[in-house]
Amino acid sequence: MTKTVFLGAVAAAAAVLLSTGAQAAEGDTLRAVKQRGELICGVNPGLVGFAAPDANGNWSGFDISLCRAIAAAVVGDANKVRFVPTTGQTRFTALSSGEVDVLTRNSTASFQRDTELALDFPAVNYYDGQGFMVRKDLGVTSAKELDGATICIQTGTTTELNLADWFRANNIAYQPVNIDSNAEGEQQYLAGACDAYTTDASGLAATRAAFADPENHIILPEIISKEPLAPAVRHGDNNWGDIVRQTLFALIAAEEYGVTSANLEELSKSSTNPEVQRLLGATDNLGGMMGLDAEWAKRAIAAGGNYGEVFAATIGEQTPIGLARGLNALWTQGGLMYATPFR
Amino acid sequence: MTHLQPAEHQPFRLSMLIYDRRYRSLTIQTVVFIGVMLFAAWLVNNTIENLARLGKTFSFSFLWARAGYDIPFSLIPYAATDTHMRAAVVGLLNTLLVSFVGCVLATIVGVLAGVLRLSNNWLVSKMMTVYVEIFRNVPLLLWILVILAIFTDVLPAPRDYRGDDAAAQMILFDSVAPTNRYTAIPRLAVEHAPGPVVIAGTPVNGALVAFAVALVAAWLVWKWLRGWARARQNRTGRRPVTWWISVLLFVVPLVALINLFGVHLIPPTLAGFNFTGGVNLDNGFVVLVLALTLYTGAFIAEIVRAGILSVSRGQTEAAFALGLRARPTMGLVILPQALRVIVPPLISQFLNLTKNSSLAIAVGYPDLRATLGGTTLNQTGREMEAMMLMMGIYLVLSLLISAVMNLYNARVRLKER
Repeated sequence: MTKTVFLGAVAAAAAVLLSTGAQAAEGDTLRAVKQRGELICGVNPGLVGFAAPDANGNWSGFDISLCRAIAAAVVGDANKVRFVPTTGQTRFTALSSGEVDVLTRNSTASFQRDTELALDFPAVNYYDGQGFMVRKDLGVTSAKELDGATICIQTGTTTELNLADWFRANNIAYQPVNIDSNAEGEQQYLAGACDAYTTDASGLAATRAAFADPENHIILPEIISKEPLAPAVRHGDNNWGDIVRQTLFALIAAEEYGVTSANLEELSKSSTNPEVQRLLGATDNLGGMMGLDAEWAKRAIAAGGNYGEVFAATIGEQTPIGLARGLNALWTQGGLMYATPFR
Repeated sequence: MTHLQPAEHQPFRLSMLIYDRRYRSLTIQTVVFIGVMLFAAWLVNNTIENLARLGKTFSFSFLWARAGYDIPFSLIPYAATDTHMRAAVVGLLNTLLVSFVGCVLATIVGVLAGVLRLSNNWLVSKMMTVYVEIFRNVPLLLWILVILAIFTDVLPAPRDYRGDDAAAQMILFDSVAPTNRYTAIPRLAVEHAPGPVVIAGTPVNGALVAFAVALVAAWLVWKWLRGWARARQNRTGRRPVTWWISVLLFVVPLVALINLFGVHLIPPTLAGFNFTGGVNLDNGFVVLVLALTLYTGAFIAEIVRAGILSVSRGQTEAAFALGLRARPTMGLVILPQALRVIVPPLISQFLNLTKNSSLAIAVGYPDLRATLGGTTLNQTGREMEAMMLMMGIYLVLSLLISAVMNLYNARVRLKER
């Protein structure tokens, strides 16, 4: 594990060394992806519901669906995708060195990542917050009762910093156990090597869903941070950032206007809503403004359905992960999901 | 008959750089040197250009920014509000600690296993063979993970010690509690602590100074006593019995000081989630030391065995013929000669162990690689700077170990007079 991470970092450094230019100049990523005929997405190596391969090696999940939607919009086929699993430590290096085109890996958008790390987070696809999971028989009902507890934490994440801040602000002590991946954290937590496991609340729910006895573990009510999870692209190639943002907006707008994977074909012919007509390419050529064709959004929606359909199929209340829409409901239903107008 | 023109009479021509053997090697060396330098310059320049294109600058100023993360195991005071620099120092000290303890233990294990492998006892020598072959031939990372798995899955969790009908019992008179997070051991406490003594401007624990002074004084007296006994033996042919004086020399002042200061042990007690009061020896540290020791010990055992075997059998026979017994033969004849062969490869093993300690992150032990090369690198996004800094530190560390061991090697080397 360690070695892989280390070698990965060295390899990434070498890649920075050896790649002569073409990093993030305007329009380069789109041209490279079209030429390759394949989109390369950096994804979580295994977080059920968000990104996980099944027994046959087919990836599925919330982040995977966004990646496939982008591929459908750009390359024209939702299956022309290659997934590169990245750990919390290697993900941004993989992106900035050009190893992946876009990072759809439940990554928190933050000031330092936006500026100093030279990344762009085009739009948030999941509003999350950091929580704690403990065993039920521990008798803990609030994170403030965790004084002196041992807590498993993934290194290289924003949660690591939130944890230190929150415990100091509340003047309680804790003992961190640094782990490298969600799988390792799961193992350490189940073995009792830590009292609590902390990461984004969605990640906790997804991790718990994979347990043999999910009913014996609870997620504490405290949410100690804002974790806006967003796809990430490199600074500099604004057109590529636009494509990622507008693809996500297309999925959100589709839900808002009632466009689903089922009625997509029908609506693209018969819809009288001018916004839907523009979105699906029946009138105007919005795709052309960013180097794509008119039906880019139609293909993106066809790939896995609109935002609501993707949510319901991967992490929604009907799935083992069972997350409610909450903040991630449409703005019309009291949530934060809001797409800018398609015109 | 060909007549060779003396070379110095020929005027220098440019073609001689290639066709004249005297100049050719110089030419090749110059060309290769220039090539290597150009390649290096191209690499550096390309790096700078590409970093600039990525919008990244090359700067070490991040070291003075607030680190913001906690480190579970630290030899010096550290809090999340300290700088990345201090976090790196914490990591470096942890690396040094694990390397030092590992080197000492690996040497002990290695020498023992190496000597025992040559034992005439069939069972002992075969057992050592099995140990050496198993540990030498499986990757270190696997050993670390296996030992960690044993520690986390087999040992009880701290809460298993709770209650009257606890699932686990503390061992050694209720003083030590092995858990799957750490081993809780008693802590030394001083009741009537003398005030701190100021040495060179820094306050040092007074009790510690008192113990150190007592030990050094006892050692000096003991040395004098030994000299006196030897002189007496040389003069009279009889060695006076001094062992009980030696024992008293060390025991009496220690017992006196312990009573004077009221030194006692505080056993760990379970409070809340974890044991408190005692010292919690982190499992990451224990597992790492154990794995490094056993792994490197296997290599050292082979080096020791080779060293001993390199001393010819005739040396032993000659020593026996002179009437030396087995132990003096080993100590005075065989080992001094074997060390010449043992020490140089031993240096490599120490270097290996130090560098292998960077696998610490597999067990969550915060060494240099985990702080500077792990969390700091990730949180600041300064891969290039952190990697270069880390490479520099490991390089200096290895060179220092080499230098010290080479000094030792010079001392044990065969003195040719």
